Amino acid sequence: MSKTIYPDSNIPAELSVEVIREDSLRPTRKWGRSTQIWLGCLLMVAGWGLYAYIHQLRHGLGETAMRNYVSWGLYISTFVFFIGISHSGTLVSAILRITKQDWRMPITRIAELMTFVSLLFGGIMPIIDLGRPDRIANLVIFGRVQSPLMWDVMSILTYFTGSTIFLWLPMIPDMALSRDRLTVCDSRFKKFRKWLYTKLAIGWTGSKTQWKRLELVMTIMTIVIIPVAVSVHTVVSYIFAMTLRPGWNSTVFGPYFVAGALYSGSAIVILAMVVFRKLYHLEKYITYRHFDLMGRVVLALTLIYAYLNLNEYWIPAYKMATAEGHLLHDLFSGSYSTAFWLCQFGTVLFPIIVMCFPKGRTPGMLAFICSLIAVGAWVKRYLIVVPTLLHPFLPIQDVPQDWAQYFPNWVEWSVTMGALSGILIVITLYAKLFPMMSIWEVVHGAKVEENKRIATEKGEHEEEELLKAESVHAKTSKGKTTIVMANGNK
Amino acid sequence: MQEDNKKDNKKDNKNNRRDFLRKSLITGGVLAAGAIGLEKVFSKEGEKTSTDDTTVFTRDGKVFRADMECLHEYKAPPVTNEEARKGIAGKKFVMVFDLAKCDGCKKCTEACQAMHFTEPDREWIKVYKMKDAETTAPYYMPKPCFHCDNPPCTKVCPVGATFKRQDGIVLIDDERCIGCRSCLAACPYSTRFFNWSDPIQPVAVANIPYSPEHGFPRQRGTSEKCDFCPHMIREGKMPACVTGCPMQTIYFGDQNEDAVTNSAGVTVKLSQLLEDNSAYRYMEELGTEPRVYYLPPKNRKYPKPDMESIGKEKKDDGKKPNSDMGNMVM
Repeated sequence: MSKTIYPDSNIPAELSVEVIREDSLRPTRKWGRSTQIWLGCLLMVAGWGLYAYIHQLRHGLGETAMRNYVSWGLYISTFVFFIGISHSGTLVSAILRITKQDWRMPITRIAELMTFVSLLFGGIMPIIDLGRPDRIANLVIFGRVQSPLMWDVMSILTYFTGSTIFLWLPMIPDMALSRDRLTVCDSRFKKFRKWLYTKLAIGWTGSKTQWKRLELVMTIMTIVIIPVAVSVHTVVSYIFAMTLRPGWNSTVFGPYFVAGALYSGSAIVILAMVVFRKLYHLEKYITYRHFDLMGRVVLALTLIYAYLNLNEYWIPAYKMATAEGHLLHDLFSGSYSTAFWLCQFGTVLFPIIVMCFPKGRTPGMLAFICSLIAVGAWVKRYLIVVPTLLHPFLPIQDVPQDWAQYFPNWVEWSVTMGALSGILIVITLYAKLFPMMSIWEVVHGAKVEENKRIATEKGEHEEEELLKAESVHAKTSKGKTTIVMANGNK
Repeated sequence: MQEDNKKDNKKDNKNNRRDFLRKSLITGGVLAAGAIGLEKVFSKEGEKTSTDDTTVFTRDGKVFRADMECLHEYKAPPVTNEEARKGIAGKKFVMVFDLAKCDGCKKCTEACQAMHFTEPDREWIKVYKMKDAETTAPYYMPKPCFHCDNPPCTKVCPVGATFKRQDGIVLIDDERCIGCRSCLAACPYSTRFFNWSDPIQPVAVANIPYSPEHGFPRQRGTSEKCDFCPHMIREGKMPACVTGCPMQTIYFGDQNEDAVTNSAGVTVKLSQLLEDNSAYRYMEELGTEPRVYYLPPKNRKYPKPDMESIGKEKKDDGKKPNSDMGNMVM
């Protein structure tokens, strides 16, 4: 496949608009057996998670492994991880959009979708963690802006609204296309689809004014969403950093969390790229070049993250102040040391080394590396939340055994896995309803490439002409043959 | 305006009288547990069975002798949620622990648990065995809530369920708490507890109307902690841990009056006590401004704590005690 692509191009230039459209829309038309089985499995996991959550609701948070010392556990770690993934959408989409990176076209939709779903479930995690979810309205009735948790609520809601709009805006022309194409094709839930596409297309006809408006709104959203995204993970870190606890009481926590979020989020985008490229046969669009470039992005972000890790651990480790020192001892050589060093070497340093080499940035290698990063980022969140809680200033003395240790129990695992499969369900449903590439942007990209190609060829041609013109006097006979040949071909 | 002032004066007089009545009743030693009713002080008139008489004041200021058996404990009228949030005007409560006197008997914890109907694992006041460094002496350190003047816990509460009152006390309104546990994470002293499951409490307790001032009946999914017993203070009594301490370790009082009292009824000048004994506050460097002071364990008259025994004490919940030393230097 890659051979047919024009060298250095982002999108195969010779692809016609029609092919691109059909390639994008085709997967939304069939609900294969495998999709049904996949969805069925996910629903079972999600159902089990829901059962575990209902169990927790009925009997209280005492059903989890959390106790007075470790009062935040897997739920909050997962919350931080999910919110972290949500940074991918903004990064790939908005930052690459603002820097006019044309190669982003086929992957923006995937990235934006990741943001949307991970925020959706990331936002649910703290609610699952609440002792009194029935009193959630108190956040509105008695809300205090002084509380970091309130900042979280506000910024996550803002970011969720923003990223939903950001996902939907570039979908409008595609929705119009899906709406118009729907009558021709045979698909399930036709009526529902028709209704959905019509609603989402909000009367898009593709007129000049509409394009102009879309472009304007997209520009505004692109600019607005970046600071919102940065703020979200910064304030997520503040729920920890605003305490006096060793390990959390850190001024680097804001950027540390943002870097960690970008690192894990961009890795998740690559994972999604690998999956959809394979499943939806998008090899023509998402090429080795995309993986190479995204690999470089992840490499750069991992380096930043590694640098912040150094700041976060090396500075206190050099000083070994009392309380901080106890925590660091536990992380470096104590009960959490295996997980800690596996995270640092296995999911930060190792990926950096591998991704430095071009062969480390092929889809296969990146899929492996990014899976490592995703798991590592999740474990790292856990290592940020739990060990600190086990190292308070005052010693843990004469308390029940289960207070002084923590490992998530079946309820927490079930609920968390349920949330994870919820994410996958939403992604699957989305991918079965909507095109996974921003069709009009890819078409636009293809046109840009075509123009580039024509321009280069023209340039080459002109050069040739010039050369010919120079040599015409010397070799008249050759020139004649060319003309004859050309005529003959016609 | 003048009339208002008069009214206020009258009110003050009345309040003073009421205080006097309370105090006289207390000095009379009438602490019939479980007795109720403010107005029913003399409900049993005419059924004299005992010959123990005592002097009492009536509400309108008359003095006369009454039978001990006729007397019931004075119960402060229940305060509204709004009053509980405001606190007692003109007061600034403080607690002082004389560590030289503490022998780690945990009677304060027991008294507190009885007062607040807590489950055995919730030690609102916890006696730690401390040893700051390998070469320094071990000592016992009872730790209640420090009721910080710059409280990290109230700052982070998203709904104002935990709050700082004008009398210095930090309380929790369990009826507003959403159970996010930000306060547990924010408290650097591990003072707060969470009701993870349905609380185990007597039915009688469960039926008492809730007030943030006594913290019970407990509700699942909310946090709890030491509250300096404001419901006792309103009755002119001392917090449970203070009266429960057999070693007279704990002093409690009002900083504005510059006086603190211990379980033996010894009242001392707060500033003098702090000055003479070079009092300190735990982890001053955190800037939380605790309202609890410690007098260093100098010239201790009791055996030092056995640091080896940590984690080996029997627990009544059947679970293995924890042997983790946490951050303690050993």
